[in-house]
Amino acid sequence: MSVHASPSLTFESPEQGPDSQRRCVAVCMGTGCSSSESALVRERLREALVEQGLDAEVEVRRTGCFGFCEQGPITVVYPEEVFYTRVKPRDAQKIVEEHIVGGRPVEKLLYKDPLREQPVQKWHEIGFYGKQKRILLGNCGVIDPENIDHYIAKAGYQALEKCLTQLEPTDVIEEVTKSGLRGRGGGGFPTGVKWGLARKTPRWPKYVICNADEGDPGAFMDRSLLEGDPHSVIEGMIIAAYAIGAEYGYIYVRAEYPLAVRRLRIALEQARERGFLGENIFNSGFSFDLQIKEGAGAFVCGEETALMNSIMGERGQPWPRPPYPAVSGLWDQPSNVNNVKSYAYAPAIIRNGADWFKQIGTPKSPGTAVFALTGMVNRTGLIEVPMGITLREIIFDIGGGIPHGKQFKAVQTGGPLGGCLPEEYLDVPIDFDSLQAAGSVMGSGGMVIADESTCMVEFARFFLKFACEESCGKCPPCRIGSLRMLEILTRITEGEGRLEDLDELKRLSKGLQRGSLCGLGQLAPSPVLSVLRHFEDEFRAHIVDKACPARKCKALITYEVVAELCTGCMVCGRNCAANAITGEKLQPHVIDPELCERCGLCYEVCNFDAIVIKSPR
Amino acid sequence: MINLTINGESITAPEGATILEVARMAGIEIPTLCHHPDLSNVGACRMCVVSVQGARALQTACTTPAADGMVVDTMSEDAVETRKFVLEMLLTDHPNECMTCEVNGDCELQDLVYDYGVKWPEHNGQRHQWEINPDPNPFIFIDRNKCILCSRCIRACNEIQNRDVWNFAYRGFQTKLVAGADQFMLDAGCESCGQCVAYCPVGALYDKMSIGLGRVNQITKVRTTCSYCGVGCNFDLNVRDGRIIRVTSAADAPVNGMALCVKGRYGYDYVHHPDRLTRPLVRAKWLGREAVEERIAAGEWAIFDEAKQRLTHRRPPNDAQTPIPNTQYPNTQYPNTQDLNTQLPPDTFIATDWDTALDVVANKFAETKKKFGGDAFALLASAKCTNEENFIFNKFTRQMLATHSIDHCARL
Repeated sequence: MSVHASPSLTFESPEQGPDSQRRCVAVCMGTGCSSSESALVRERLREALVEQGLDAEVEVRRTGCFGFCEQGPITVVYPEEVFYTRVKPRDAQKIVEEHIVGGRPVEKLLYKDPLREQPVQKWHEIGFYGKQKRILLGNCGVIDPENIDHYIAKAGYQALEKCLTQLEPTDVIEEVTKSGLRGRGGGGFPTGVKWGLARKTPRWPKYVICNADEGDPGAFMDRSLLEGDPHSVIEGMIIAAYAIGAEYGYIYVRAEYPLAVRRLRIALEQARERGFLGENIFNSGFSFDLQIKEGAGAFVCGEETALMNSIMGERGQPWPRPPYPAVSGLWDQPSNVNNVKSYAYAPAIIRNGADWFKQIGTPKSPGTAVFALTGMVNRTGLIEVPMGITLREIIFDIGGGIPHGKQFKAVQTGGPLGGCLPEEYLDVPIDFDSLQAAGSVMGSGGMVIADESTCMVEFARFFLKFACEESCGKCPPCRIGSLRMLEILTRITEGEGRLEDLDELKRLSKGLQRGSLCGLGQLAPSPVLSVLRHFEDEFRAHIVDKACPARKCKALITYEVVAELCTGCMVCGRNCAANAITGEKLQPHVIDPELCERCGLCYEVCNFDAIVIKSPR
Repeated sequence: MINLTINGESITAPEGATILEVARMAGIEIPTLCHHPDLSNVGACRMCVVSVQGARALQTACTTPAADGMVVDTMSEDAVETRKFVLEMLLTDHPNECMTCEVNGDCELQDLVYDYGVKWPEHNGQRHQWEINPDPNPFIFIDRNKCILCSRCIRACNEIQNRDVWNFAYRGFQTKLVAGADQFMLDAGCESCGQCVAYCPVGALYDKMSIGLGRVNQITKVRTTCSYCGVGCNFDLNVRDGRIIRVTSAADAPVNGMALCVKGRYGYDYVHHPDRLTRPLVRAKWLGREAVEERIAAGEWAIFDEAKQRLTHRRPPNDAQTPIPNTQYPNTQYPNTQDLNTQLPPDTFIATDWDTALDVVANKFAETKKKFGGDAFALLASAKCTNEENFIFNKFTRQMLATHSIDHCARL
């Protein structure tokens, strides 16, 4: 007999659902907005509503991430969906008085699109959201992630009920296989096939593991999903566990995601209380529970075998496959490791059917893709787009193009192990196979935009340095080879490069790709190779002309004063920490290149554009 | 049984074996560094990579299970080039000091670099500059600059000795072999068994007592059985110029394989120790005056020094004039032939032959038994004895001495 309460998909009282009140002010409480005082905004909103006597009438709701983090803290007033950006605690009064009471949206808090003159009122009219299709992130910004009733009201746990009461485990696997869902950790392996393999291994216990060790610099897809809709991931994991026959699971999440960990804890507790986790779920005889395992922030622990080592308390180092986790994984038992997003798709697929999923995206890569759009682009943040959308649409329609009228140069996908693509690839549709064919990879969702002011050699060096530092140290090609490559790249950016370095880089890359144990080493050279392929002229400029075309590499640039423009205001001289700038008042100044440290401060503070950065070419 | 093809040769192999095991059974050599048949496989060093038809990438032979119908090429261009690359990378962070290295000629890295014709890579990049011999462990020498991070020491300590002293710390190029939480070995629970040294394929871990005493081509290996306890471990005494300079594990030792304890591996210094007893000693008072005079004249005697709990050094025969330091009996005359009429110190021992010594013991036993009965005796057997010896010991105790007071020092 179950010790848990029987799961219930109806509300105990209608007040608990997300649509239970006529009006609602949603405040983003994701990590980004929280760091700019959104908790205080929420508090002030509550106080202002109490003052107006509207606290029973209007709900102030904590939600997950809206994705438009650079404009945070974000507050949305439902049901009108008026989208307020950069809301300060002191603005709360105004929102309540002018909007809630007065019915007039607060204009100064609306999003001002740099590409349009009029401020935009509604959420979905903002260009950033125009071409998005939010399936995974559908609940983020809508429901309270710490309230299971909100999730249930959005059809949550219905898929689980359907699985446990109507479907055999093999039916679940078949449905997921039929949907064509491919692993969203970056590899793109068909999720249903993976589940099938784990099911086939006739050994118990089996484990279900969620890989939430999101380590790409600047990427936060998984974090936002866990913070905004943790139950969808948990439900997906229970479904997967039922499908493969597992009784226990782990969510491996970075300890650097304290908010995600806290929301997950709350969600697990609530799911247990309702009997979605525990023994005899939905009276089906199926039992499952899971626990959170916090990782200490090693990038390599995103590799599934290193992740399992870490769960077992071992050093986070990968082991060679085969045997694959489906055969021998955690504690040598059959295990299924999927990314956060892969699990979160499962409930939607079961609920709406494989055919529904297949009609989104492309035939070979159905569904949506979540990207953390960042770098030199007007609108940055978290986006979810249907597969098949082009890079151009993401960068120029969603991202709003390159700021300050600069030229687009390259886009890096797949994080530090991905590749960069130049302008001629902008019309490549985004899906696993097309990106690979173009020389990059899908990855788990990082997307960094570089403009003309980015030095591509330095760009490649940055990513390689990351991989080099995050190498686990187990196999020599990655541990030593990546450092040797980094040394060459550093040499080139310092003007010490030799032409034969280019061949040496290619040779070392090949060694890493062929010889490394895991994906980290095998893919570490990818950014370098893609830059070499598309921007070899920049390498040659650094090596042959000792010039940095983007004027970024300190060893290859000089700062000079244009005498005709200099007014002798002395601002630059006062700001120069190296005392490299001399000149009399009202006379043109001079920068001593020997003393100059190339910090660029004079360039920034000059009000007359009289300072220029020069590089031989 | 499964059938597979390695280098064009079709091979029948038992199920569950790895490609490496199958290949070695068939006499096909695949180079390894981190693999050791006694230890688990980790696939770290990448030396054993082979091409498997249909596989996405090169596979490590030590970890990949051989499968029916598999077609393996151990010397494909990819595999050979990868091995060369790995060796080259290892050398870029390895000191070029084979000339002075203790394991020159007995180094797996050196052999592979030679076999694959890898040239010494000159470069201006980073090389590790770890402190040499940073650990005060009296037996184990560490030179991390030579470490190739194969983790054999870690696995030997963990899987064979179950001490789990070693591990890796830090990441990437900074990865470092550490004891415990980067502590000294003894603080990390090390018992100084030297198992890590035995499994080190290079000169990163070595026996401290043997530094500078001889390398593999200068020594003769003499197989022997450990004299410390009744387990009967075998090992090789490394002998140079008639002196034991080192003990090395013998993989084919029937009882212990590569495993040894601190006594067996490092407790050999008594062999050439000047204090070592080479003949039985008997108290002067149990011997006849004539014998005592003769021995003392020859300088073959010793006094038991209670403060030091050892026999103080007897006068060396060739150095009869050196006065013996006498701390225990400051007023006692030193025994010499002229002075035998005076009382000898009670703890004066005289070196004698086995027959004499055993006669003394037998007589005293008989005397004591006659006077006080068998229960005046209590006997403690040594763990060094074999089962047969212990059986005889038991018989002797109960039948000859007629007592049940027998025990065994099973504490080794």
